[in-house]
Amino acid sequence: MADIDSTMAEIGWLDRLSSRDTPLHRIDPRVKLLTTLAFIVVVLSYGKYQLAPLMPLAIYPAVLIALGDVPLKFVVRKLLIVSPFAIFVGLFNPLLDRQTMLTIGSLEISGGWVSYASILIRFVLTVSATLALVAGTGIHNVCRGMEQLGVPSVFTVQVLMLYRYLFVLVNEGVGMSRARALRSVGNRGMGLRACGAMLGSLVLRTLDRAQRVHTAMCCRGFDGHVRTIETLRLGVRDVAFLTGWLGVLAMLRAFDLAGLLGAAATGAGR
Amino acid sequence: MHMSDALISPAVGGTMWLAGGGMIAYGARKMRGCLDSSRVPLMGVLGAFVFAAQMVNFTIPGTGSSGHLGGGLLLAILLGPSAGLIVIASILTVQAMLFADGGLLALGCNIVNMGLLPCFIAYPLVYLPLVGKKPARGRIVLAATVAAVVGLQLGSLGVVAETTMSGIAELPFMKFLLLMLPIHLAIGLVEGLVTAAVAAFVWQARPEVLELTDPDDPGRGRVGLVAVCLLVAAIVTGGVVSWFASSHPDGLEWSVAKTMGTEELAEPTDGLRGALGRVQERTALLPDYDFAEPQDPVDDEAEPGSQEPAAGQWFSPSAGTTVSGLVGGGITLVLAFLAGWALRRRTTSASTA
Repeated sequence: MADIDSTMAEIGWLDRLSSRDTPLHRIDPRVKLLTTLAFIVVVLSYGKYQLAPLMPLAIYPAVLIALGDVPLKFVVRKLLIVSPFAIFVGLFNPLLDRQTMLTIGSLEISGGWVSYASILIRFVLTVSATLALVAGTGIHNVCRGMEQLGVPSVFTVQVLMLYRYLFVLVNEGVGMSRARALRSVGNRGMGLRACGAMLGSLVLRTLDRAQRVHTAMCCRGFDGHVRTIETLRLGVRDVAFLTGWLGVLAMLRAFDLAGLLGAAATGAGR
Repeated sequence: MHMSDALISPAVGGTMWLAGGGMIAYGARKMRGCLDSSRVPLMGVLGAFVFAAQMVNFTIPGTGSSGHLGGGLLLAILLGPSAGLIVIASILTVQAMLFADGGLLALGCNIVNMGLLPCFIAYPLVYLPLVGKKPARGRIVLAATVAAVVGLQLGSLGVVAETTMSGIAELPFMKFLLLMLPIHLAIGLVEGLVTAAVAAFVWQARPEVLELTDPDDPGRGRVGLVAVCLLVAAIVTGGVVSWFASSHPDGLEWSVAKTMGTEELAEPTDGLRGALGRVQERTALLPDYDFAEPQDPVDDEAEPGSQEPAAGQWFSPSAGTTVSGLVGGGITLVLAFLAGWALRRRTTSASTA
């Protein structure tokens, strides 16, 4: 959360990406959610030293990114910025696990490096698939899909409301923070006391806003339920997408494509 | 402390999904009873508030760093545990999808660590008793600080347990715990102080806001109990599931087990040792990791040669890590990119045509 302005700008961009019309957008959100979850489960189901079988799985995010016409630059930048946690925790693997596992020529690679590489690949695969899913579906449709899959509507409506007011309130927070920074000399007013009071008044303002929003919603006939006009219907293309991907994932899980190809390419019998 | 997909196993992720999803369903059902329609925008806007609150940093005296509000406990204080949990879960969902912070399968872990623990353990079992029947500024500050610290410590314990049970990261349980707990003690203290400052401010300006939580009152004690039971159940099932998953493994460990099996016939002593090793692996909740270090020297004294087979057990090359396997993997990676590239050219030319 270092540079929040650019983060929010990126989310705005993601929002615009998600409202386009590409082959990926036209597929039922439920189908995309299910295949992406299946994909993540398959990626995570490999042992920590199994590096090669993970690589063929890149086909899923690659196809999603292509079908949704998601700018690759965007995905790469997100991957670089995001989540130091996995990278940090994984960094202990090479330090703790020094048994040699793989020799390429005279280069000896320890099990720790192999499993660290596996963590990084998992990270890239799962994050890029999730980003492509959202960019090619949009939060609104993801929520609709979740609701139709049986997620309680209290929760999906909550996600939608949160998303709707995210930008408004973040701008308010940024404005407050900037105003304080402009008025503070050195470190005056940058401490906990002022921060507590600022956030407290932000809470109160937020509560007032909620009341106004509620009044406005009531004026428009809100009775506690959010209705959508169109209902989701599964088409032939959706079923084909679902069964196709589940089939591909099952095949990749069952057969070691990387091993077979590698054996053929290097002429090594296994 | 967002768990990421890359660090968890499907067994742990799935179990936590069930636990987190179950809690959302429970919270949603509980709220349906007392839901007046004004709660819908209130919860939504407060969720967005948590993002906004992260914009307002403050400097921590004596250090160069700055802290910001975490939000979990504050939401429980403002909304009550059930609604608080749902708001936190929605925040985590948005973070997983838009910020790529956390992951879709790790969402369950994150909901348990950052939602269930503060809302259903720290709030009812620490915050409420400390605030007591007659809240005052001092009591609110004390209660919020302590509860935030407790919540964050429990959360980091959850992170450590889930990570080591998944067995992808190499850090042993105790070392990881000793790394995480002190860091999160400091973070929790800072977060607790902000939460306390905000709660005290709101209480002074508009005391009735903090009483929003009263509808939850009758179920307070029971909610905590239910949560504790659920948590214990989740941990036990998670442990059992991943234990079974690791005793009936696939891929590397399976192939290793098979090669061990053939070696057993050739060398009976190794077979016995291998069997003992397997027994030990099964009795250990966290196979491969926590006992690896202390065990080695002991084994050395008992049987000088015993380190070799034990090491071989984990590190013998498998299909996934041979050179030819990696070459094949590289080829498929290139193929995947080419497929995506070709597909995109078709998509874009179709959409511009």
